[in-house]
Amino acid sequence: MQERIKAKAIELLESGVCGRVLGWKTGEFFYDVTPAVFESREEIERDFVFGPFCGANLSKYLIAESRKGGKVGAFLKPCDTYSFQQLQKEHRILPENVYAVGVQCGGMCDIDAIRAAGIKGVLDVEEQGDSLLVHTLYGDKSLDRAAALSERCRVCKSKKILGCAELIGEQGEEQPSARFEQVAELEAMTPEERFAFWRGELSRCIRCNACRNVCPACSCEKCVFDNPSSGAENKAPANSFEENLFHIIRAFHVAGRCTDCGECSRVCPQHIPLHLLNRKFIKDINELYGPYQAGADMDAKPPLVNFQADDPEPSVVRERGTNP
Amino acid sequence: MRHDPLIPMLAQVTDIRQDTPDVKTLRVVGLDGKKPFLHIPGQCAMLSIPGIGEALFSITSSPTNEDYLEFSIKKCGCVTDWLHAMEPGQQVTLRGPYGNGFPVDTDFAGKDLVFVAGGIGLAPLRSVINYVRHYRDRYGKVDIVYGSRSKADLVDYQEILDEWSKEDGISVHLTIDNPQPDWDGHVGFVPNYVKELAFDTGRTVVMCGPPIMIKFTLAGLMEQGFPRDQIYTTLELRMKCALGRCGRCNIGDKYVCKDGPVFRLDQLDQLPDEY
Amino acid sequence: MKKLPLSQLDAFFAALAAGQELYIPAGDAGTAAFTPWREGLKLTPALNTSRSAKDLFFPQVENLVDFKVTGKQIEIIENRAPAKPFVIFGVRACDCRSFDILDKVFLADPADTYYKTRRENGTIVTLACTEPEETCFCTALGIDPANPAGDVSGWIAEDTLYLQANTGKGSALLETLPMLEEGEKPELDQPVFDRLPLKDLDWSAFGGERMMEHFNSPKWASLAESCLGCGSCTFVCPTCQCYDIKDFNTGSEIKRFRCWDSCMYSDFTLMSAGQPRPTQLERFRQRFMHKLVYYPSTHEGEFGCVGCGRCLQKCPISMNIVKVAGTLGKEETP
Repeated sequence: MQERIKAKAIELLESGVCGRVLGWKTGEFFYDVTPAVFESREEIERDFVFGPFCGANLSKYLIAESRKGGKVGAFLKPCDTYSFQQLQKEHRILPENVYAVGVQCGGMCDIDAIRAAGIKGVLDVEEQGDSLLVHTLYGDKSLDRAAALSERCRVCKSKKILGCAELIGEQGEEQPSARFEQVAELEAMTPEERFAFWRGELSRCIRCNACRNVCPACSCEKCVFDNPSSGAENKAPANSFEENLFHIIRAFHVAGRCTDCGECSRVCPQHIPLHLLNRKFIKDINELYGPYQAGADMDAKPPLVNFQADDPEPSVVRERGTNP
Repeated sequence: MRHDPLIPMLAQVTDIRQDTPDVKTLRVVGLDGKKPFLHIPGQCAMLSIPGIGEALFSITSSPTNEDYLEFSIKKCGCVTDWLHAMEPGQQVTLRGPYGNGFPVDTDFAGKDLVFVAGGIGLAPLRSVINYVRHYRDRYGKVDIVYGSRSKADLVDYQEILDEWSKEDGISVHLTIDNPQPDWDGHVGFVPNYVKELAFDTGRTVVMCGPPIMIKFTLAGLMEQGFPRDQIYTTLELRMKCALGRCGRCNIGDKYVCKDGPVFRLDQLDQLPDEY
Repeated sequence: MKKLPLSQLDAFFAALAAGQELYIPAGDAGTAAFTPWREGLKLTPALNTSRSAKDLFFPQVENLVDFKVTGKQIEIIENRAPAKPFVIFGVRACDCRSFDILDKVFLADPADTYYKTRRENGTIVTLACTEPEETCFCTALGIDPANPAGDVSGWIAEDTLYLQANTGKGSALLETLPMLEEGEKPELDQPVFDRLPLKDLDWSAFGGERMMEHFNSPKWASLAESCLGCGSCTFVCPTCQCYDIKDFNTGSEIKRFRCWDSCMYSDFTLMSAGQPRPTQLERFRQRFMHKLVYYPSTHEGEFGCVGCGRCLQKCPISMNIVKVAGTLGKEETP
C-alpha cells in the first residue's frame, strides 16, 4: 500500500497534476508520523510513509492548502473523506484546487493503546495477521491487533471513500458499528451518575485546545475563546463548571457538522473521551430527525439547519432531556 | 506574608490632560500624595484598573520632577479606553519601575543629542528631554525633531512651544504629515525632515515612534553615515509580568521588559528581527 | 541510607501523609497524575505522569490578589492561603531537574513569592527509573535517571524501597518515619539505559552562540507547517513557564489570577499596535529557540529541556524537540 501511494504521489507531481502533495512523514520511531507537504520525488522517496500509525486526518489542512495557489494532492482515508466533503459543503475547502486520492484503511493503530496495554519501551511492531508482534526495550510482546486500534477504528462506521478523484485499494461500504453503545450506557445512567462521569473526565482538561485545533469542524477564522473582545476568552477557567462548558459549547457548535472522525479524542493529551459528547449529539439527531451522517452526502440538508413540517416539537426534545 | 513583585501598590490620578484627540496625560501620585517611586528616563511602569487589566506604559515625566509621575497614553485598546474614560481622583494600581532606561548619566553625558520622535513616540523621550534640560550643562547641543499626522496630534505641544523652544541650545523642529490652514511650520514625514536637517554624524540619536518611521529614519541616518552604536531606540512588546518571566516580550535571548526597552542599534543588530 | 520493604509502602505513605499533604503519581498510563494520597491509593504502573510535576510549584491557575473597587476607590486584598508543607513522592530525575530550571526563572531577583513559598514548603522524594520508555532522553542531557536528585533520592530494587536523604529537609523528613530501617542499596546493573534509542542525541549545535543562524534557518517552514497551534507540548512540558495574568470579575470582587499560557497561541504576543509573531512559524520557532538557544544563552549553556519525552508522546502531530533539534542541527549535505 505504502509503495503504491508513494508511486502515485510521485506521479501526481511529475505529471504536473499537482504542485505538491499532502501526506504523512516518517519520524524518529515507527509511530510518530507527522502530516507534511511534499514537493519533490526525493522528499517522497525519503520521508513519505503510509501505515497503521497514519491516524491523522489530513482534511483540515486542505482549508489552508487549497488557498495557497496551485493544486494540492491529498491522500485521504475513508473517514477523512467525510471531513473533506463536509468542509466543501461549508465552503472551507476550495475543491477545484485539490486532487484527492482515497486510500483504503484497515483501521489505524494508536501507540497510546499499546502503552495502555502495559507495553513499555516500544521500538517497533510487526503485523502478523490479527496480532501485532511488538519489539520493545524489554523483549518482544504479542498483542491482538484489535487491542492496538484507535477507539474510532474499533467501531469503524464506514470504509466508503467519498469525493475522491481516484482510489488506491478497494472501495468500501458503510458498515454496522457499535459506536453508540457507550453513549447508550451514559444515557442509562442517572443524571447524578452522568454528571459525576463527565466531571471526572473533564477535570483532567488542561485547556491546551488540541481538540479544537485538530477538529475539522472547528474552522472558524477566530475562535470566540481566543478573542479578547468576545468576553468569553479564557485560558483558565474561573471554576470547574466553566471548564466543563468549554467542551459542551464546542460540542454544540459542531453538532450536525461533526463527522465523528474521532480526532478530538485521539489528540487529547489527557485522554478525555471527547468524542462521546459529539456522538451523543449525532445519536440524538439520528433519533429525532432520522439518520444523518455529516459529510456523507454533498446534497443532503443538515437537519439542524433545515426545517421540515414533521420535525419533532421542541417539547419532545425537552421531555427527552428531563426523562432519561 | 511576603510581598510579591506582581502585587501592585495603589496610586491616585490627580490630573488628566487631553493632549491630542486620542492622547491623554495622567498625573499619578501615591495615596500619600507623593511621587510613588524614583525612576530613570525611559523606564516603564505597569498601570492597571482591576477588572479591566494591566498594561505597561513608559513614564513620560522626568526623574527631576519630584512631585509626581506622568504617563502619556494613547487610546488604542481595552485598558487605554478605560484610562481615557476616567476622571481625576480615580485610584489605579501601579508597579514598577521596569526596564533599563536611557544611559543619561553615562553614554549621553557630554554628547550632542538629536531626539527623533513620531506621534505618541514622544512619550518616553519627553522624560529624557526634560532630564537633559534640567541638567543642561552636562550635555552639548540638543535638537528635537518631532512629527505627527496633524497639529492636533502633537503631544505636549504647549510644553514644546512654551518651554522647549525657548531654551538656549535646544532647537525644536516640528513637522506634520499634511499641510493645514493654521500651520506655518514644516510639512512632511519625519525621516525626510531628519535627512534635510543633515545633523553631524558625531551626534547621538535617540528615536521613538511608529515602526515605519523608525525604519525610514534609520535608512536615512545610515546613508548619512551615522555609526550604529550612536543610535538608541526604545521598544514596546506585549508583556504581562515585566519581570522577564511571562515569556512574551523576548527578542531572541533578550527581554524587552528587563534587558530593554532601550536598545542601541548595534545591540539590536545582534538580535533576531522579531519586533 | 534507609530501607523499607515494599509490603509496608501503604503504611509509609500513611505516615508521610500524617504530617503534611502527600502527592504520589497514580492512575493509568496516559492519565497518571500526582494525586493527593488517600488510603488505598496506589503508585501508577506508568513510568511518569501525563502532566509534569511542575504543577505542584507552578499550578495551572492560581489567584494572585483580589481587588474591591468602590467608586474611585480601590482596595487591594491579599488573601493568599497560608503555605502548608507537602511532600511529592515518586518524582523522576527529569522532572526533578526541571525544578532547577524553573528556579532560575522564578527565584531570580525579585523572586516570585508564590513559587518560592511552594518550593520552600515542598519536599521532593525522587524515584530512580528502572524501565525507561523509548521516548526518554534525559541521559543525553546529562541527567542520571538511575540516581535522581531531590531532597530524598529513592530506589526500588526487588521488594525494597531504598531512601537516601540529600538535604536537611530530606533528613528531617526521614527522621519522622519510624518504619525505616538502616540498609544499603545493592548495585543495580541497568544496561537498558545504553539501549535507549535517543541516548546519543547531540545538541552541541545549540546554545547562544549560533542564535542568528538558527533563528534564520529556512528549515522552520517545514518543521512548523503542520503545527496545530495548540498548547499540549507547552502544558505537559516540565520546563515551560510562560504565563498570563488576567482579571476576573466575580460580581462582588475582582480576582487577579495567573494561568499557564503558551507561546504557541495566536494571541500570546498580540498587541493593539501589532503582532511580532504573526504566523505559526514564528510561534513554533519561539518555543524551540527558547529551549535550545535562548535559555542556554542566559543560563550558562543549560538547555531548557530535561528529556522527559512528554512532548514526544503528546503532540497531536508528533512534532517535538527531538525532531526539531535533529533537523536544525543536521549539517546540510549539498
